[in-house]
Amino acid sequence: MSAEQTDNLTETSGRRRSRGNATYWLGLLLVGVIVLAGLISFVWTPYALSDMVGGRLEAPSLQHWAGTDRLGRDLFTQLMIGARIALIVGCGAVVIGAAIGVTTGLLAAFATRFLDDALAAVFDILIAFPTLLIAMLVVAAREEASLGTAILALGIGLSPIVGRITRILTKQVLGQDYITAARVSGTSWGAIVFWHILPNIAPFLGVNLALQFGLAVMAEASLSYLGLGAPPPNASWGRMLQEAQGTVYTAPWGAILPGLALFALVIGINLLADGLRDRFDPTKGAA
Amino acid sequence: MSDLLTVRDLRLSTPDKVLVQDLSFSIAAGERFGLIGESGSGKSLTSLAVTGLLAPGLRAEGSVELAGTQVIGAPERRLVGLRGNAVATVFQEPLTALDPLMPLGRQIAGPVRRRLKREGAETSGAAVRAEVMALLEQVRMPDPARLIGAYPHEVSGGQRQRVAIAMALACRPRLLIADEPTTALDVTTQAEIVRLITSLVDELGIALLFISHDLAVVGQVAERVMVMRHGRAVESGPALQVLTQPQDDYTRNLVAAARRFDAALEGQG
Repeated sequence: MSAEQTDNLTETSGRRRSRGNATYWLGLLLVGVIVLAGLISFVWTPYALSDMVGGRLEAPSLQHWAGTDRLGRDLFTQLMIGARIALIVGCGAVVIGAAIGVTTGLLAAFATRFLDDALAAVFDILIAFPTLLIAMLVVAAREEASLGTAILALGIGLSPIVGRITRILTKQVLGQDYITAARVSGTSWGAIVFWHILPNIAPFLGVNLALQFGLAVMAEASLSYLGLGAPPPNASWGRMLQEAQGTVYTAPWGAILPGLALFALVIGINLLADGLRDRFDPTKGAA
Repeated sequence: MSDLLTVRDLRLSTPDKVLVQDLSFSIAAGERFGLIGESGSGKSLTSLAVTGLLAPGLRAEGSVELAGTQVIGAPERRLVGLRGNAVATVFQEPLTALDPLMPLGRQIAGPVRRRLKREGAETSGAAVRAEVMALLEQVRMPDPARLIGAYPHEVSGGQRQRVAIAMALACRPRLLIADEPTTALDVTTQAEIVRLITSLVDELGIALLFISHDLAVVGQVAERVMVMRHGRAVESGPALQVLTQPQDDYTRNLVAAARRFDAALEGQG
């Protein structure tokens, strides 16, 4: 490779890197604000969640930063608690989805031809159903809407996508020479999975799990919108949207603010995931 | 049976094609054996069959006896014990043969730790690290203290291949398989790696199975050679004899072509 080419390469990767950094910081800011709001809600909120503290449908003011709802409850309080619920459901769903998905995905990649084909078909069939539909079925099967049910339902809904990606990534890594090299030097399969496969699929899988987190947050909002999410006294952005639906022309802030919060969290987590991948992939842009 | 590796009537096939047939050879302890052949002649398949790493769709028949153990049809558990202990491999492309996300030192530490455990020696972090440093010095790695924490993409191709050799030697195998170890390297680095491999196997008394399509390289390394074509052995014997007085037409063509190539390079063509 000529010196000129090398220069070009480093220049492109440098530009890529700085752009990656900008989106990373923006993502961190968006997610950070929402995480902070969620954390603070544990110790302090402007008002109590279900207290009627103001008039009906008040516009945002110094007393009520985000206005009030139909029953005169403070919307900013609901937004903060909603952030907490969104994060808990998102994290919980991703943890459950990853636990089921990564395990079955690895199993499929290592299994015999027949079991592999069977599991791959199961993943594909399950993916054909929308995540939300699977989650609704799980909620229906549990016969009661609760925070735990919502997390479980979304986790199960996400798992086939995670499983399919894990299977494909693992197969890709399994075909690499360094796996053969590890096997030929007498490494056991357990050690290969732990030391070679998981670290090598982690960057891609991590980014994908972040995308799934975004999907889970959206799906939680949808479940709550349909009345299948965490029931009161929990607040949820999805239910706030649903309650504001009737008054969207007279009091638009009731719908706009939770919508914006949802948008910020999902966009933020995606940008953050992209930035993290660029930062932690040692094969990109030497230090 | 004093030979370290004995291959008898090896036949490798897919359901609709025979890839290797009637292959027999043996390597004595400490001997350097060369396997020559064009792409697709079955050289690499043969080396995979020796380590029991054939792809699932391939059928192996015949006998491969490595250090007194029959490899063909052996359960995976027995093979894991054999690999590293009896045999280790250096691959063609060191960039893909090293885990891109693991520092070089840790890649060598894995097999080192397994060997120390096997030998019942101390496996503390310090002991492993000392052994890794010793190995890096053994493969004449410049500045090992720095490279121990580097990732594969941060070092040169020749250095990567040295690390791959260190990984293979970390197991203290009795047979080292080098599958086209110099093909991905430039000519000067090639010569260094060839010298390194030859001197190391002599120093440590390890037998060598050297696979290459490059007659000149095999001629430098091997004491005995076998020429393969279309999955069959066409000629075998002492390296000097096969490469200077080839008996088979194919070998004769190969040698003549290599000579013409050399002559053309030197501007006498």
